[in-house]
Amino acid sequence: MAEMEVTFELAKENGITPEEWEKIHKILGRKPTYPELGIFQAMWSEHCSYKSSKIHLKTLPTEAPWVLQGPGENAGIIDIGDGWAVAFKMESHNHPSFIEPYQGAATGVGGILRDVFTMGARPLANLNGLFFGAPDHPKTPFLMRGVVAGVGDYGNCIGVPMLGGQVTFHPCFNGNNLVNAFTLGVLRGDRIFRGKAEGVGNPVWYVGSKTGRDGIHGATMASAEFSEETEEKKPTVQVGDPFTEKLLLEACLEIMADDFVLGIQDMGAAGLTSSSLEMAERAGSGIRIDLSKIPLREKDLNPYEILLSESQERMLFVAKKGYEKEILSVFRKWNLDAVQIGEVTDTSRAEFWFGGKKVADIPIAGIGDEAPLYDRPSAEPEELSEMRKLDLSKIEDLKDPGKEFLHFIGSPHLCSRKWVFTQYDQSVRTNTVQGPYHEAGLIRLKGTTKGIAMSLDVNPRLCKLDPRLGAASAVAESALNVACAGAKPLGVTDCLNFGNPEKPGVMWEFKEAMAGMREACLKLETPVVSGNVSFYNETEGVGIYPTPSIGMVGLAEDISKTATCFFKKDGAKVLLLGKRKGTLGGSLYLSAVKGLDKGNPPELDLDYHKSLINLMISLIGDGLVESAHDVSEGGLLPALAECCLSPLSDDLGASIDLKPGQRLDELFFGESISRVVVTADPESAGEVMKSAAAAGIDAGEIGLTGGKDFSVSIEGKRIFSLKISEIRTVWENGIDKILA
Amino acid sequence: MRVTVVQFLGSNCDHDVIQWSKDIFRMPTEVVWYTESDLRKPDLVLLPGGFSYGDYLRPGAMASRTPAIESVIDFAKSGGLVLGICNGFQILCECGLLPGALLRNSSLHFICRDLYLKAGNKKTPFTNKIPDGKLLRVPIAHGDGNYFCDEETAKALESEGRVAFRYVSPEGKIDPEWNPNGSMSGIAGILSEKKNVLGMMPHPERASDKALGCEDGRLIFESVISHLES
Repeated sequence: MAEMEVTFELAKENGITPEEWEKIHKILGRKPTYPELGIFQAMWSEHCSYKSSKIHLKTLPTEAPWVLQGPGENAGIIDIGDGWAVAFKMESHNHPSFIEPYQGAATGVGGILRDVFTMGARPLANLNGLFFGAPDHPKTPFLMRGVVAGVGDYGNCIGVPMLGGQVTFHPCFNGNNLVNAFTLGVLRGDRIFRGKAEGVGNPVWYVGSKTGRDGIHGATMASAEFSEETEEKKPTVQVGDPFTEKLLLEACLEIMADDFVLGIQDMGAAGLTSSSLEMAERAGSGIRIDLSKIPLREKDLNPYEILLSESQERMLFVAKKGYEKEILSVFRKWNLDAVQIGEVTDTSRAEFWFGGKKVADIPIAGIGDEAPLYDRPSAEPEELSEMRKLDLSKIEDLKDPGKEFLHFIGSPHLCSRKWVFTQYDQSVRTNTVQGPYHEAGLIRLKGTTKGIAMSLDVNPRLCKLDPRLGAASAVAESALNVACAGAKPLGVTDCLNFGNPEKPGVMWEFKEAMAGMREACLKLETPVVSGNVSFYNETEGVGIYPTPSIGMVGLAEDISKTATCFFKKDGAKVLLLGKRKGTLGGSLYLSAVKGLDKGNPPELDLDYHKSLINLMISLIGDGLVESAHDVSEGGLLPALAECCLSPLSDDLGASIDLKPGQRLDELFFGESISRVVVTADPESAGEVMKSAAAAGIDAGEIGLTGGKDFSVSIEGKRIFSLKISEIRTVWENGIDKILA
Repeated sequence: MRVTVVQFLGSNCDHDVIQWSKDIFRMPTEVVWYTESDLRKPDLVLLPGGFSYGDYLRPGAMASRTPAIESVIDFAKSGGLVLGICNGFQILCECGLLPGALLRNSSLHFICRDLYLKAGNKKTPFTNKIPDGKLLRVPIAHGDGNYFCDEETAKALESEGRVAFRYVSPEGKIDPEWNPNGSMSGIAGILSEKKNVLGMMPHPERASDKALGCEDGRLIFESVISHLES
């Protein structure tokens, strides 16, 4: 291929602005070569450079005594005691999953797995946040089938269990579905590997799959809005090969068990370019790579394509000199390519050679230090003040509560996610204490009494109506989920999905969300240790609701002292802890049933919430409660019914008696952020009430477990009663309505 | 009792069965790489689940042509005990130690869930410790577990007591509702003619630890121990 003529026009087509074009000249002191242009364009894409978000991300709390690795590496790491540590991260694969749902979602899982094992951790659990358009949107079934199968097939093949997550439907995702993939791995705290190219003269190794043309410009594609021509972008989506990833995982962990690997990083977005530059940047070194040595899947890839390919299942590492034999023998055992492609230098420059010719030569500091950084203008979106207005008098209260309850709990928004979860291996590696049907995922750590709990949460509707509160409540909810399993929340990874940051309204949402996350993470002492930002989730100018997904990780010191959300036996007292009253503002009920995303969302008192979290941990640790379930989207009645619907045991009903004073819809389906339903033995119930009072948490008895019916009364007056079996049928088959 | 676990490229339940044998039952456990022919004198060979060779070509097809499997075939022909779980079952069908084939699940989806198993014959090396009337609650996790064989083989399996396990309802009845993958007659596991080779799709190694909720899978391992002791 003849060398492309590099002009501003060409640069502009690839997303480079006039100011950035100037900067490139300043850094190089000359016009860039075509491969150099490709490098700048990828490294300065929103996806890789965080140019619109960086100044705001810096406001997030990232430190605590137990944080071993904060943001800036491939994954964050926290100490969980006795020398053990967990590495975790969440990442979006939104744009690819909309263009090609199966491969887009699969490679999202592949990428996040690599981010975690790169740190030296054995991946032991996955979570997933999936956000689709309206249940009745024509594209929803296609996207859902593809995404779920893609997520499942990749993780299943590797053998990492999926412990849950979130599946949300809302029209704001009609043109941009979201796939947020979370992985957690375990390692020894003194065996952390980082992405650093250290030691002048040390060899740089390329391992894993061969390089092909797939995924070129993936990072750039993920940094732009979608239009009608999105279909044409299919070739920018990578194709996953989980079998190779499994081999890569085992081979990498095997060489990392020794002491000759100095730094390692996966080739994710912007492939070889970003991995080599970032490794050199972190070590303050230089790097020289011969692109002619890269194993190729097809002939005649040019340097530009090799640099920007996002072919999956590839890693770059730097090893001490003199261990070539050991390294090759491990990779040969696992049937993988391993090639020395270059070396670490002291030039502070990234040099790429091809066929004996230097094709790119860039000062590494220039790429990072001179990277564009934007403090983009922000302004509250105009529609918000109108959206926050809610006149309940214009909304009819429930007329046939039993029927309306059944309809609501069987809707795609609340129904069982069995169709999704059964497609994921939940129990491989024999650590799963609580799988995806629970409040939080919980794995044991073999050889210890410890359990690691994790939850993924966000409510995009709340985030739209009030991004500050919405983001804070995502942190609060996920922390409460973890606490309801009996674990202490310790750290956060995030996946910040937003629209086009060049729009002041979107930027305002982002800034507000960062402020909310900051407040909540500080108060709950859960620093942010890793994460990613996904902007430009817009199609034809229509953006998604702000969706800052939060992945929360917590520690249970003793897995024998944990709880699940399901009622355990007849005759237990049902208690409601926390805020007594919910509100319909921003509720799922109004959105899903009345088609209204309106009103002021429930308030969040972080001090109160923290007390509730601590109360839950102590109640469960002391064995005073038999079950615990956080009351979130859908409100009180759906939460109570969910406690009756254990997938593993027989139907167990409950008689609920509530206090009057609210509209029925508000009483049954109103939402509040700090509420938990627990059950306790009649002998322990008093103790629970006392503990709650001591913690300053409201508590009240609202019913008894038992029988095969779900009966609801107000002050003794029966409102409705349904057979659990009837609720189960409707609830378990809700997803079928979408797929039919 | 000496146990050998064979590892293939892409096995992902190898670790789980090693732990099953070594940590839960405290048996001397050897791990043999697929390129090795020496099985190291086992009393029981375990073929683990996973996605050997990424299920490319057909699940189990490529693993069934490895040096280790050649030795497993010899070992089985001389009467040695072999248990293949999930992908291990698929490998046993592909290498001819067990008849029939495992087709794509009828739903065309991968399925992971807990199910109930009923033993079809209690007088085998793998089932002798299962109490009468006891159903085992064991999870499945597979995309290709839909057992199929020709009519003649099916008759032989039934009449010779070679259906080791069937998927049943919680009441112990054969019920299409509780057959997860469309398997013929609800078959979850079958035995070789001499009943020394068992292939099963469900994962007993995942249901053998109280900390994870269910220990029914232990009965299969305990049966093997008791068979070898007697």
